[in-house]
Amino acid sequence: MSENRIDGYARALFEIARAEGTIDEVEDELFRFARNVENSDSLRNALTDEKIPASRRQAIVEDLLGGKATPTTVQLVSMVVGSGRGRDLPAIIDRLVQRASTSKGLEVAEVRSAIPLSDDQQTRLAAALANATGKQVNLKVVIDPSVLGGLVATVGDTVIDGSVRTRLDHLKARL
Amino acid sequence: MSLPASIIRLAEEIHVDDNGQVITHNWLLPETAEIIYGGIASLLIFGALYKFALPAAKKAMAARTDRIQKELDDSAAAKAAADTEAVQIRAAKGDIEGERARLLAEADTQAEQLLAEGRVRLETEVAEMHARGDIEIAQLASRSGDELRTEISLLSSQVTERLVAEHLDAATQDALIEQFIAKVGAA
Repeated sequence: MSENRIDGYARALFEIARAEGTIDEVEDELFRFARNVENSDSLRNALTDEKIPASRRQAIVEDLLGGKATPTTVQLVSMVVGSGRGRDLPAIIDRLVQRASTSKGLEVAEVRSAIPLSDDQQTRLAAALANATGKQVNLKVVIDPSVLGGLVATVGDTVIDGSVRTRLDHLKARL
Repeated sequence: MSLPASIIRLAEEIHVDDNGQVITHNWLLPETAEIIYGGIASLLIFGALYKFALPAAKKAMAARTDRIQKELDDSAAAKAAADTEAVQIRAAKGDIEGERARLLAEADTQAEQLLAEGRVRLETEVAEMHARGDIEIAQLASRSGDELRTEISLLSSQVTERLVAEHLDAATQDALIEQFIAKVGAA
């Protein structure tokens, strides 16, 4: 899919969510869903398989998100998957999140953690990252068990890695 | 007197007996006329022979003499050539004997040289094989050591990872997150 088309979808989703007045919530839910799609081969295959009818793919989305996400999120994902753009869903959502953050003057900060962060931790982490990077950040926490412990924060091109996984990798390399 | 007139006159002088037989005047000598025309005829024949046959005979004899001389010369040349060739063959035979002896000597020398070289090469190769074997043994030992070290480090890292994962309880996780926040905030 071309960059223009991804941008087009992202802009359309963003405008719909903003018009609905649920942009923050929808953006957050979409971000988490995109990460789930990236991490799950079976989900990604189910949503991108051209042999599965569009209605069936949309039903899968509704089954997964129904009751767990806002109706706007469910409808937006369902629309993208139904139009056969499931393969580009993570890219479209990332672009949407970027657009939403930019509209608020924020930089997306993706943080990977083995366990969920409390609200307080997220607030302090956002402040710490803003202090370290000099930018106000839109924090997006991704639960990633492979991190084992600690955090990995990515702000633009800057990666701050304080994960146990990386320390173990360094130890392994030294051994 | 012309020749026909003389012949007629001579014919009139011939005596014939009653039986028609010619009677000569001498039992041995022919008639004078016969002597005359016989002599003339002989002279003519001899003259003709002298004029025409003798040069041809002389020429044929000279050619024959030349041919015989040539054949004699050719024979002499052939004999000389044969003598020369015989000398050359005898010389060549002598040379062949010498060449044979030289070749045999040379072959002996080369065989000895080859043998000596082969012996040296064999010894060198054996020495090289020994050296290579030693190196390979050392490499194998080193590789085995490396593989063992790699295996140990892999197992160690796996054990370490498992131990770390087992000991990462909620408190430790929180502590790590707080540590990260503090570190990033202080940067």
